[in-house]
Amino acid sequence: MSHLFVARSPGVAARCLDGEMMIMSGRDSTLFTLNKTATILWQAADGNTPLEEIVEQKICAEFEVEPAEALQDAENLARELASHEILQISEEPIPQPNSTTPPGGLR
Amino acid sequence: MSGLLVEMTEKALARNIPLSVQLDLTYRCNERCVHCYLDHDDHGEMTTAEIKHLLEEMADAGVFILTLSGGEIFLRKDFFELLEYARRELTFCVKLKTNAIMIREREAAQLRDLGVQSIQISIYSHRPDVHDAITLVPGSLKRSIDAIRFLKSQGLRVIMANVLMVQNLQDYQGVRALADELGVEATLDPTITPMMDGDRSVLSMGVDQTALQRVFRDKALVGDVDEFCAIPAKADEGAIESLPCSAGHTTCYVSPYGDVYPCVQFPYPTGNVRKQRFLDIWRYSDRMNEVRAIRLKDLTGCSSCVHGGNCTRCPGLAFMEGNMRGPSTQDCEKSFAKTGVPSANLLAKRITDHNSVPTAAPKLVQIQMLPDLARATA
Repeated sequence: MSHLFVARSPGVAARCLDGEMMIMSGRDSTLFTLNKTATILWQAADGNTPLEEIVEQKICAEFEVEPAEALQDAENLARELASHEILQISEEPIPQPNSTTPPGGLR
Repeated sequence: MSGLLVEMTEKALARNIPLSVQLDLTYRCNERCVHCYLDHDDHGEMTTAEIKHLLEEMADAGVFILTLSGGEIFLRKDFFELLEYARRELTFCVKLKTNAIMIREREAAQLRDLGVQSIQISIYSHRPDVHDAITLVPGSLKRSIDAIRFLKSQGLRVIMANVLMVQNLQDYQGVRALADELGVEATLDPTITPMMDGDRSVLSMGVDQTALQRVFRDKALVGDVDEFCAIPAKADEGAIESLPCSAGHTTCYVSPYGDVYPCVQFPYPTGNVRKQRFLDIWRYSDRMNEVRAIRLKDLTGCSSCVHGGNCTRCPGLAFMEGNMRGPSTQDCEKSFAKTGVPSANLLAKRITDHNSVPTAAPKLVQIQMLPDLARATA
């Protein structure tokens, strides 16, 4: 069983436009956009909820997808976002300075 | 602009989202630049709570890029409290405009910790006597350069912004060399903005045609001179339907008093966030929608002008000249300096100037006291 925890990196700038997250890296100002699935993952990345729980409760509930396949995809995505320093990943819960959900912006 | 940002801007345009906003936190300033268009007295700036509430409304409206400017932003005692709120709570991409003379090591470190995207600093000359004569503050160039070094040592992105005018015409190359030495970017803008009360006398500080022509043919500045100064093609069908600029479409400006305008250089009041929600002003203000409706084909003289397709016409400067659907003569002068081809507006002026009676520019109302405040202080 995977016990990966994910948290939004504190240095990024982020806003949700029409259901898709726009994120600017705090490291080098590179701009990323996330599709709807990745946006759900990023918004749920509070540092305390295990990735498998996010996948089960947020992604599998929204999309018709096999849980094991969805978890594998989510892990790959999380590691890729972490390589750009816009997401933190850890096998332990990641303490957050505050627990507010990022502003969504308009849908 | 990166391809992705262009894509997101198009998306914001299609969905009527204000992607980028400049918020002036104060008009107070610790410099007195000779060309500045602002009234530096405090006429009732928004409080810390009001600004935080506005920032929340902006975030909810979809604003992503937040430019904090002034006046001098560091004169607000709550500046870092507001910046921290904008970055940590609301995750804006924050850019700053400042003269930087209050930035020392500690402030630079705080800006790095808060993840500011860029800091634009006004530098008018590489020579202290010239720069300080423009800011009217002895020692200001040294303090600004010291600040740039502090910011660079923190790994922050710094942009030197230089306004080209009569006083510093000979120094723009020196400023660029200084920027190279310090490892920062540099911009040069020959635009002088009329005073916010409508006084246009500051425009006399703008450089003349001969000087503009020389600057626009400086290869080090513009790159391919032939391309930069090429005679333009007349606007095609697509250009005729195009938007004049992003003002009111994906960007807007908010003054320290809560007044919302299409742009910092377009003082057409569209509402006040002390009375209305930011998003309601953005979406439903008649004036904002009036600005939004203008297309190149609607512009008097410009739609048929030879420069139509390439013109950098600023609708705000045109508004300050008397007609937001008319030409901006400063931009006509730039197009002429680049190409040697006079715009339709300049040709018309040559004819009418012989017999014309000067008319006063409209009074501007960038500082407008709210009716309830007016009653309280009457």
